[in-house]
Parts: sequence; structure tokens; C-alpha cells
Amino acid sequence: MRKARFAVLGGALAAVVALGLVFRPKAGEGAEDVSVPAPGEVLLDRAAAEGRGASAAELRRLRAADKGDEAALARAVAAAKRSIEASRKTGDPRHLGHAEAALAPWWSDADAPAEVLVLRATIEQSRHDFPAALADLDRALQKRPDDAQAWLTRAVVLTVRADYKEAERSCAAARPHVAPLVHDVCVAGVLGSTGKAREAIGRIDAALARPARVPKDLVAWAAGAAGELRARLGEAAAAEADYKRALDLTPDDAYVLGAYADLLLDAGRPREAAALLAAHEDNDGLLLRVVLAKAAAGDPDHARVKAELASRYEASRLRGDVVHRREEARWALHGEKAPKRALDLARANWDVQKEPADARILLESALAASEPRAADPVIAWLEASGAEDVALRKLAAEVKARP
Amino acid sequence: MRALVTLLALLACLVVALPARAHKPSDAYLTLTPSGAITLVRWDVAVRDLDFALGLDADRDGKVTYAELTAAEPAIVSATRAGLALRTAGGVCELRRPTLAGVASHSDGRYAVLFYEAACPGAGEITVRYDFLFDVDPSHRAIVRVRSGDAEAVHVLGKSEPEKTLSIGATRSFGAIVRQGVLHIWTGYDHMLFLLALLLPAVLVREGKEWRPREKLKEVFFDVARIVTAFTAAHSITLSLAALGLVTLPSRLVESAIALSVIVAALENLRPTLQRDRWMAAFVLGLMHGFGFSSTLADLGLGRGALLSTLVGFNAGVEVGQLAVVSVLVPIAFAARRTAVYRRWVLVGGSIVIAVVATRWFFERAFG
Repeated sequence: MRKARFAVLGGALAAVVALGLVFRPKAGEGAEDVSVPAPGEVLLDRAAAEGRGASAAELRRLRAADKGDEAALARAVAAAKRSIEASRKTGDPRHLGHAEAALAPWWSDADAPAEVLVLRATIEQSRHDFPAALADLDRALQKRPDDAQAWLTRAVVLTVRADYKEAERSCAAARPHVAPLVHDVCVAGVLGSTGKAREAIGRIDAALARPARVPKDLVAWAAGAAGELRARLGEAAAAEADYKRALDLTPDDAYVLGAYADLLLDAGRPREAAALLAAHEDNDGLLLRVVLAKAAAGDPDHARVKAELASRYEASRLRGDVVHRREEARWALHGEKAPKRALDLARANWDVQKEPADARILLESALAASEPRAADPVIAWLEASGAEDVALRKLAAEVKARP
Repeated sequence: MRALVTLLALLACLVVALPARAHKPSDAYLTLTPSGAITLVRWDVAVRDLDFALGLDADRDGKVTYAELTAAEPAIVSATRAGLALRTAGGVCELRRPTLAGVASHSDGRYAVLFYEAACPGAGEITVRYDFLFDVDPSHRAIVRVRSGDAEAVHVLGKSEPEKTLSIGATRSFGAIVRQGVLHIWTGYDHMLFLLALLLPAVLVREGKEWRPREKLKEVFFDVARIVTAFTAAHSITLSLAALGLVTLPSRLVESAIALSVIVAALENLRPTLQRDRWMAAFVLGLMHGFGFSSTLADLGLGRGALLSTLVGFNAGVEVGQLAVVSVLVPIAFAARRTAVYRRWVLVGGSIVIAVVATRWFFERAFG
């Protein structure tokens, strides 16, 4: 009897220990979301993910290169360019990290060769570090005053920073070295923000009408720019035609897709906006528009896309990224209905970049948060620049009407 | 803003357009959880990053499968081991038992999930030094989460700041640990109900199909003492096994089994079969409760460092809490044992209520 009892107790203990041994390899706690796929399951489709950026082996070789090695410099510049190009094509910012790695020997060198400075500026501006990008471009142009790429890049950064005079000067400096259409699009952003939108549209239309062999990417880019100017003037139908023309040529251009979706959202056509972006949810900026569109349309799929976007913002917040501030402000205002948070984000964003979309979200947040004075910097910018933008002017009038 | 890289492409006249993908720079997620004598390290690395750095696509068909990932486990382990160093004031932590546990999904795709056990000398803060993937991607970051208790701190390590000293787990006085033990038994309703179900019939004795009151307090005392001692022995054994990292069980299993043990204890009162051997049930079923205590111990962040004193202190707290309950409950039950109310409503009704509540817990925990 006694023995039987101890057998039961010992058996129970042994069973528990055995259970522990069985479960041990799974590392127990904190592994609830870990799954073990079938051996043949594809985890990564390289063709879609990689582009043709620099390889890890290449980067490791370049890392060891000597700063003064001209041949290594040429290889590094070529590798960095390929990675930046891969980043453009795939939208994957990892490639920008690879480009940085390719330039490692020269990366922290203030007096790096001109071609390195231009590439570094390109990477910096894509991370929204505009002051650093401008400083590098200025240094590069001191070394090579006829570097068209540097002048164009500088013009775009300065337009974003609302320094229109300098931006125009940069476009002019690039002019002798680029196709006329490139120059026209270069100044389009400046003209659109300085009360000369009509002139900019005229120039682009004229250039596009000229019978010339122009690469279709460039035509699409120009058409997209014209569409944006028309949208700002309130000519929605004409703008839509421009966007469609651009998308016919480059159907996956995220920038035009976003602008077109915004136009549809403003026009109260959310279903069309959601349909337009259906295949582009991988892009955070476009997913934001999908979320707003599905909310406006009362789409049952809204909860899914909203959760997905929230998880992406959470990931970027954890890492400490500020690249998405404009989009996050829009999300806070229209998605989360949190005007105070939106206003904080929109203000911080305005300190960094000053495009019409940045102005708009700050005006909207200031109104929603009942803090009209917070939008004073935008009012001042509108008055100083003479920017023509129907939506901005209307919002500004509303802000000014508030006490 | 119009992506500037477009300009570069325009000048190069490259006319290729591919769909945009989720925009996210390279991140790895590192989670440190104190667990008994060791610190559990979970490390999620993007399959895309591993493929780029190590070349996973063995058959060069452009696709990385799970089989290809597992085939590269030795290379992944050696690369990650070289990329992470943990140390305390007492010296370098040993990274043991590397395991590729599977994959998890993050916002930009699939990640390989690695586990390490870090055995660190001494208690206190842990310094994490991270140097992984920086050679091919200086913008890579590690998002480090440190769990201690319900609190979670997040730190970011990158190339410009690869090292941080993190406080992990809390160092508390022996008295505070004892208090935590007491608190745990008082607020852990499942342990309390289990004990209650076992103790309710201790003032009675089964004769045929009926409960009769026990005459002598001495008999009651010995019955209670046997049950409490058996329960204590059982959960002390499993708490120690778990705290020492010798046996670990998934919390879903543990929590469900604890709920089940409460159901069994309550049903035993309705159809008694064990009689004087209920202390055996207290032991066998009590084994699971020790694992429950151990997860609390880990959650409180008390596990690492002064392990022995923590274990002893927490266990002592649990016993004190338990004895306090017993010393209030048993005299009341003894006084009421002769009443029909006690036998019908308290014992039978109470056991039914306990069984119902525990059944609900069981379904919530097992399938929730």
C-alpha cells in the first residue's frame, strides 16, 4: 500500500519532468508567434526583393579598401549607385544601407571625393536629413561646379526646404547639362510655389508636345508634375488626365499613385482610390491612403489595413525613424482622430520640410485641435511665397477666421 | 517629396519599374527575458538580411525556402554569436544552446527566430554590445526589449551606439521577495481555490454515502497538515526545477493544467474516492502549481542573480500566505462542521462553484 502510494507520487513527478524535456527545445515562453514552416515553404522571393544592388561580398571587399585607391573608389561609387537604384526600384531602404556600406572608407570623411559627396547627399536626403545633404552638395559643387546631378539634387532639396530662390538658381546651373524637359520639371516645383503655376504648366505642356525622343520615365515624371500643379489650382479633371497619362507609362510610380489617390479622396471617390492602390499596400505611404479610403467608403476590410499600418508605424517608432512624420500626422488626424498628436507631428514635420502637403496637414491639424495660431508659420509661408493652392488658401482663410 | 533617386535614374535613362515594397530599413529584434538562473535571448533576424549577408539560396533558384534556412543554421549561429556580447559586472555571459526555433512575421516579411540562453556571472545590470550586419548595412539596428515583470523597456542599438547597459530584473530585498510570495498566494485565485477545495472536507469524514463531522480537532489538524505539506513539497520541487532552468513548460500548458487541477480537486469533494489519501492529490496536482509560481517569479524579474535566496524567500512567502489562509479557514470550518449548511451548501455548493469557475478558466487558458 505504502509502496503503491510512493509509486504514484514518483510517477507524477517523473511525468512532469518528462513533459519538461519534451517541451524544452521550443524555448517555451516568448515564442507564441514563432511557427515552423514546411521545409519547402518559400520565405523570401529574391527576384522581388533584391533588385540588383551591391552584393555582401562586394561590400566586404570595399570595406577593406584604402581611401586613396582610385580603382576601389570607382568600384565603390558604381556599387553605391547600383544599390541606390535598387532602392528606387524596389522601395526597399535596406539598399540605401548597402550603398552606405559601399562608401564606408569615405563615409565619415568631410572632404570625400565629389562623387562620394553627391551619393552621400542622395542617401541623406532620402532619410530626410536635409541640412547634411545640402552641406555635402555644396562641398561637391565646389569641387565640380558642372555636376548636373548635384545641382538637380540640390534644387529638389531646396524646394522642399522652401528656399525657392536658391532652388531656381540650382535649376539654372544644371540647365546647360540636361535635357530641356528636365530643367522645366526642375523649376516646376519652384514656380508652383511662387505664384507661377500657370507658367510652369505651360512650359511642361509645351515641352511634352515637342516631337523629341524622350525616355518614357521622364515623360511620366513631367506629366505627374503637371498633374500636381493642376490639382493645386483646383483643376481636378485636367489633373486626373495628367496622372492617368503618367500611370500609363509607369504604372507603379508610387509618387503619382499617391497624388492621384489624394485627388480621388478629396473628390469624395474613396472606392476608386482604394481600387487604384489595391496592389500597392506594401508601400507605407500608399497604405495610408488605402486606410483613409476604406474608412471613408465604410469598407469592411478597413480594420485589417488599419491594423497593418499601425504595426508599420510602431516598427518605425521603435527604431526612432522620423521619415514618416507627415504621413503619421495624417494618420493621427484622419485615422486615429487624435488632433493634438497630429498637430505635434505636423509641427515637427514643418520644421523639416515645407511642401504643400506639409502645409496642408499643419493647417488641418491646427483647425481640428482648435489651435489656429499653431498654423502661423504656414500662413506666413503662404503670404511670403505666393503659392497658388486652392485647398491651402481655403484652409488658411478658415484658420484666419478663428480667434 | 518626389524621391530624389528618380533624378539619378532619369539621368541614367533606366526604364525599369517594379512594384514598391514595404518600406523599412533593416531591423533585428532582440528580446531579453530573465528566466531562472539564465537570461533567455530571443533574436529575430529578417530572412532578407540573412540571405544578403550569408547567401541562403543554396540551389540558386531565386527563392529562399525554410529548408535552405535550416541548412544554414551553423553559419547563422556563428555569425550571430560573433555579433552579440553580453556581460555583467561579474564578467562575460556565456551564450549557450543556440536554437533556430522557426520563423515569425514582422511588418516587412519573415524573420528567422533564434534563441540563446545567456548564463551570466552574478546579478545586476547587463551590458549588451551589438555588432551584427554593420559591415554590409551600417543603417541596421537592433531593437532591444528587456522584459522584467510586466514592465518592458525598449532600447535601440546601432552602429553609432552599439553598446548599452540595461537593468534587467529588479534587485529586491529578501523581505520584499517574501512579501511577493505572500501576495502571490493571496491574489492567485487559482492556487487559493485549489487549497480551499482540498481543505473544505478536512473537518468531515466520509462514512458510506454521507459526510459526518470529525470529532477531534487533532484528527482535523493532521489531515490539514498532511495536505498542506504535500502541496508545499510538490510546488517547491517544481518551482526549484523551473527556477534553475532544468524544466520549463509552455505557460498555456501550465495555466490550463492548474485550472484542471482545481476542477479535479472540486469534483473529488462531490464524488469522494480518495478519503484519507487526499494529500496525494495535493501532491500530484500541486506539481503544476510550482510552474505557475515560477512564471510569476520570472515575471517579477526576481529570477536572476541571487537565485537561492530568491527561491527560498519567495517559497517562504508562499508558505506564510498559505498558513495564514489555513489558520483562518480551518477554525471556522471546524466550528461549522456539525451544521447541515456546511455539509450541503458550503462543501457541496462551494465545490460546484469552484468547479464551474475553474472550468471557465480552463477553456479560457487552453483555447483562449
